[in-house]
Amino acid sequence: MATYSTNEFKNGLKLIIDGDPCSIVENEVVKPGKGQAFNRVRLKNLKTGRTWEKTFKSGESVEAADVIDTDMEYLYCDGEFWYFMDPISYEQIPASLEAVADAKLFLKEQDCCVVTLWNGAPLTVSPPNFVELEVVETDPGLKGDTAQGGTKPATLSTGAVVRVPLFIDQGEVLKIDTRTGEYVSRA
Amino acid sequence: MIETTGANPAALTAKNVKQCLGKRAKILAAIRRYFDQQQVLEVDTPLLSDYPITDPQLDNIKVENPTVNYQSTSQTWLYLTTSPEYAMKQLLSLGSGSIYQISKSFRQDVPGPRHSIEFTLLEWYRVGFNIADLIDDVTALLMTLIPAGLMANGVEILSYREAFLRYLSIDPFSLTSAQLENFAHQKIDCDFTDQDKDIWLDLLMSHCIEPNLGHQAPCFLIDYPASQAALAKIDHDEQGNLVAKRFELYIEGIELANGYEELTDHDQHVDRFEQDNQRRRELGLPTQAVDQHFLKALKSGLPECAGVALGVDRLLLLAVS
Repeated sequence: MATYSTNEFKNGLKLIIDGDPCSIVENEVVKPGKGQAFNRVRLKNLKTGRTWEKTFKSGESVEAADVIDTDMEYLYCDGEFWYFMDPISYEQIPASLEAVADAKLFLKEQDCCVVTLWNGAPLTVSPPNFVELEVVETDPGLKGDTAQGGTKPATLSTGAVVRVPLFIDQGEVLKIDTRTGEYVSRA
Repeated sequence: MIETTGANPAALTAKNVKQCLGKRAKILAAIRRYFDQQQVLEVDTPLLSDYPITDPQLDNIKVENPTVNYQSTSQTWLYLTTSPEYAMKQLLSLGSGSIYQISKSFRQDVPGPRHSIEFTLLEWYRVGFNIADLIDDVTALLMTLIPAGLMANGVEILSYREAFLRYLSIDPFSLTSAQLENFAHQKIDCDFTDQDKDIWLDLLMSHCIEPNLGHQAPCFLIDYPASQAALAKIDHDEQGNLVAKRFELYIEGIELANGYEELTDHDQHVDRFEQDNQRRRELGLPTQAVDQHFLKALKSGLPECAGVALGVDRLLLLAVS
């Protein structure tokens, strides 16, 4: 079992805490005037996204988590799993709904995503910051209404529903910011 | 580390260099003026020592001894001092009278916002002073150095026990190690376990108490548990607890200085160094040779005195804020 000592702690280091993979967000050494030093660490649980503060006695060892970020191409979904391919080895791996989570609303075939692997299995999936997706359903576009500020819901090919300007028509391809889920422009 | 100290040229720019160095020079001149008026002598002791420190929480930075081949008795390593304490106490034992020193100290520490491996200490010893006299002395010096606003409410003197009662509603002396551990686990998310009561006291002190200290007025925390005496004298407090005659000074949550009514007895020093090495063995750390020059000085007689070390980099940070 690989471990890290507290003197190896730095931001981004991946640890196993209570069985879950976590990442160090902030590491501060605190020491009363004279006496024992402690590492007060802000951690992020990579499964749940929760961040919290935990204290280690300096010199303590903590289990390392085998967590890496890899660029992978999204291939398809078979209804149960989302399949990603390593563009170099062509190895394909399935990601569960738990790993894909809300990213599933912005996954387009052949887009390059960051897949975070824990012990080789997908832990989380991050789509590109901007994706181009087709409108499959929305109210008919209002001609001439260009920038009056009104919006309406539009359903995209992935199932995502975003607010779009009134002039957008069914069949158009839109640029979407996946971090906010907001419409940016026509593609 | 702290850009206002001028100690680290990398942190200075052409724009702020004159201002930072100017403030630093003024503070150092004011320190020297104060001690000159008090007839305390400035000294300058060696930074390289033949012996490491026994304190289990401190580690020296060591350097290879270049003269090792020329002197048959010489040793392979020399140790950069973690404070000038032992060398200054040797001067005291020779009859120097009250002395002060502004010098660099070195500690193998994890660097952080308030820790650097190299830092400047102001350390001084007052012959014939007790801990209360020393607190008055530090207060008088601070009045000449830091902004008046920080001293508007005078200073607060708070015992270790009162601080735990005020901020955590527990008596650190009456609780056992297991009770403190249990209490700490409720307050702080941590998984480690330890038989050593001081670990739990240190944890609670650093996480739950220290950040609160010294905001209304500079706070002298006094009467530490005897187990944390280092080289301070031990006495009974009003509740009959054994307490160390030492203080830590906090200003705005920052530890600025620590002072001691100094232990003078040779045999008690030997005992405390042995306790340090015992703790080192428990922690799986290498034991350290005891400074024989210092023990020899103690044998010849250290005068009754009180001494304090003050972090000059941190002082400068407060002085310019």
